[in-house]
Amino acid sequence: MRIPILKLNDCLLVSIQWELDDQTALQFQEDLLHKIHETSANGVVIDLTSIDFIDSFIAKVLGDVINMSKLMGAIVVITGIQPAVAITLIELGIGLDDVLTALDLEKGLEKLQQELGE
Amino acid sequence: MDIQSCVTIINEWDIVAARQLGRNVAKELGFGTVDQARITTAISELARNIYLYAGKGQICIDKLYDGGKAGLRINAVDSGPGIREIRQVMEDGFSTSGGLGAGLPGVKRLMDEFDIESSPGQGTQIRASKWLR
Repeated sequence: MRIPILKLNDCLLVSIQWELDDQTALQFQEDLLHKIHETSANGVVIDLTSIDFIDSFIAKVLGDVINMSKLMGAIVVITGIQPAVAITLIELGIGLDDVLTALDLEKGLEKLQQELGE
Repeated sequence: MDIQSCVTIINEWDIVAARQLGRNVAKELGFGTVDQARITTAISELARNIYLYAGKGQICIDKLYDGGKAGLRINAVDSGPGIREIRQVMEDGFSTSGGLGAGLPGVKRLMDEFDIESSPGQGTQIRASKWLR
């Protein structure tokens, strides 16, 4: 199953709704970059509200896609990280430093607008 | 200890199956959402190690009962190449696969007890337990 990527003005919206397997995560990485290219989006919000754990593989795929998007000129904001996910990521030793985050989708979009200077 | 449930790890889908098994047992035992996430993440790291480095192995989940305490133990066994330098793989950031190198030291931090045995050419066995508080 592929993760749907929605376009909202000049931004892309992604809500990950189910547990990610490796293939889905890698497919998403590719799909998002193609969608940025297609739509000339300059901002992306990835909402993880429904995700109840992130292991080091998923963290690497996420971190990579954020940097890849940056290379293409798009800023990514991650939203909705659950308390349990934040705790396990840090215990695992993964800080996702330099990643823009916000509590929820609404605040994520606000942050994106600020970053884009709109 | 009563029942043991196992998942054979051969492909990426088995990693998902092992995680789901662990999460279900953790829920049954009454672990909270944070411990469920710790256990699921630990299983995912161990299952991925088997898939990446050994090719084939097994993840078994035991329920533990010790006196008044209950807990869960992950048993990850493979007969892959084994680990020559255990000290090195327990260091943060060490990786031979291009990953984040968070795997084993991360699992140790996520769980309460952690134990690794490995012989080069014979395989690796890792046991990691979490107790209900």
